[in-house]
Amino acid sequence: MKTLFRHVHLLDPASGRDSLGSLLVVDGRIAALDPPEWPSDAAVVEGAGLCLCPGLIDLRVGLREPGEEHKESLATLAARAAAGGVTTLVALPDTSPPLDQPALVEFVSRRAASFGSVTVLPMGAATKGCAGRELAEMGLLREAGAVAFSDGRRAIAEARTMRLALAYAAAFGAMVVQHPQEPSLSAGAVATEGLLASSLGLPAAPAAAEAILVARDIRLAELTGGHVHFSPVSTSEALDLIRAAKARGLRVTCDTAPPYFDLNETAIGEWRTYARLSPPLRSEADRLAVLAALADGTIDAIASDHQPQDTDAKRLPFALAEPGGVGLETLLAVTLNAVHHGSLRLLDAIALLTSRPAALLGLECGRLAPGAPADLCLFDRDLAWQIRADDLIGPSRNTPFDGRPMQGRVVGTWKAGVKVFG
Amino acid sequence: MADGGFGRLIGRRRHLLGIGGLDSRAVLAVLDLAETYISLARKGGARDVLRGRTVLNLFFETSTRTRTSFELAGKRLGADVITMSPSGSAMAKGESLLDTATTLNAMAVDVLVVRHDQAGTAALLAQKVDASVINAGDGAHEHPTQALLDALTIRRHRGTLAGLTVAICGDILHSRVARSNVRLLSMMGSKVRLCAPPTLMPAAAAEWGVEVFTDLRAALREADVVMMLRLQRERMSSAFVPSAREFFRFYGLDREKLALARPDALVMHPGPMNRGVEIDSSVADDLAHSVIEEQVEMGVAVRMAVLDLLVRDARRNA
Repeated sequence: MKTLFRHVHLLDPASGRDSLGSLLVVDGRIAALDPPEWPSDAAVVEGAGLCLCPGLIDLRVGLREPGEEHKESLATLAARAAAGGVTTLVALPDTSPPLDQPALVEFVSRRAASFGSVTVLPMGAATKGCAGRELAEMGLLREAGAVAFSDGRRAIAEARTMRLALAYAAAFGAMVVQHPQEPSLSAGAVATEGLLASSLGLPAAPAAAEAILVARDIRLAELTGGHVHFSPVSTSEALDLIRAAKARGLRVTCDTAPPYFDLNETAIGEWRTYARLSPPLRSEADRLAVLAALADGTIDAIASDHQPQDTDAKRLPFALAEPGGVGLETLLAVTLNAVHHGSLRLLDAIALLTSRPAALLGLECGRLAPGAPADLCLFDRDLAWQIRADDLIGPSRNTPFDGRPMQGRVVGTWKAGVKVFG
Repeated sequence: MADGGFGRLIGRRRHLLGIGGLDSRAVLAVLDLAETYISLARKGGARDVLRGRTVLNLFFETSTRTRTSFELAGKRLGADVITMSPSGSAMAKGESLLDTATTLNAMAVDVLVVRHDQAGTAALLAQKVDASVINAGDGAHEHPTQALLDALTIRRHRGTLAGLTVAICGDILHSRVARSNVRLLSMMGSKVRLCAPPTLMPAAAAEWGVEVFTDLRAALREADVVMMLRLQRERMSSAFVPSAREFFRFYGLDREKLALARPDALVMHPGPMNRGVEIDSSVADDLAHSVIEEQVEMGVAVRMAVLDLLVRDARRNA
């Protein structure tokens, strides 16, 4: 089976390609860029100047299956990923039960694969039950397909446990993904300490709760030789620490999510629970620092931090509402906003969504090169539209971007050469 | 009140969700109307202002003073007053808050008075019910009728709020009373000082446009009004302060510290008091300074005025 994409603006950060051309797919893999002859038996996708980039790789997605299928099944997740141009995603292990057993890791990746539109790469639990005490069976989980280790939305609190996790995971060539919020400072907090939270009377944690844990874990990565990946990072101070650690050659990486460079805490307004996220939305100064760290390369990836919550979990007083927002369908659009505003170059933005997360995990996807899987995302970089929660694929429509005007949208997604969206 | 109505318009009704939703004219409208209700509040003669109207007190958090005050205010004006205190039940956890709202809509309640331990609850209910909502305390956010009754009490003694130095002292961090009073007093031209141990002061308090103190003596110097806040016992168990006796030693109001304020300074407390923790009995019971009992009385008058204004507005728009 052959598909020819022609008159497309090819965007391939791995090679630096950023120009019009054509791309031939044969049997699920990229066969050639700018083939000298167009085969007559190929299906043709006429690009008319649309952008074609590698399918997006999303490093941080919250699963609701197993355990909370009423919020989002893996089938729905696969459909949403396709709508967002995401062809590979890394899933957090904090499901119910958590992914601390090899069989559960296999279940998730196999079941997700059955839908055909997205590769789900599960993280394994770093500790049993994601409870932060005893190490999980990292070796066995790795064999079962776990690509990294994490306790999900819960920070690994104890310094000793984190030290052991980093050291042990390193033996299996995996990074430990830390949710960088110092737990005792953040306990019960639903907003960032400051004028807004104090006026609303909301329990708040200082922005420094992030830098405090980042500082500790950078030191532990140095001590153990392990690889720590902070996800998501949202503050200026933490980014400064990570920038300095990278300059020293330590194995320290990080990602952020669109809310942290597109919104600030004022999105909470008067108790908008869709803007209740973890970490909480930050000040404008922190938002600008995240944009700067995306531009200068300190941040390695933009992840959606997709966290579906249904109406029952969100229509509550602010502090009782579950944290998190959905983000798969809006990942590219919100990132393109930063491009249109001049904060980020287009090819750098695409790199943060494709080649750089691929490099972090050593994946063969995330590039437009002969032999690579034909995971592709076709998008219109200028199409104007508005994000509306009601238009999202349900049942969880908790987007913090409801009502925001966007410029740029995914128009087609291919997984291994097969069209799965558009 | 620029648009002619009192309170915040959400849906078809106006609500009193916080001082944050009012301007100075609205505050004066409440205080002036409340003045006219003081004797009525005292005598207890019923009137027909709210005849045929239903006021529902929905108190998810325990309260004696505020709940009773709203009950009296409603009854003095002739309303049917019902009180529900669903604490301890599933409702208290907030899960079925919106189911509650649906139920209330079916009962055709005119005014819903709500207290809850979560900030934003009154605003959430205002979006879901057809009644006018009065916030009787939502977490650490606002308690607007308390600030209004405090203002009425001060104005009756000093004639004005403008230019007065008001020291609000105690657990500012967790206090909705402090937040509502800061908003109201700043708006009316008072100079507000806040005093608390650093562990009980919001990090951003200085950005509220007030003077921030950690030394109670300095905060009291030449103050016209001293408002003491209740220190809840559980704040001690969660280590915000080391002990009650240490708190009293440095942040409790006694005669010696009160002497630093103006000789005619008013002493106020929203109640219930922890004698010997934030306030000494010799001060609380000293009628030369203490207007704590009068605050309770003004509370009924202010709540009558608020109920009247909201129902009047709903009637006009019916």
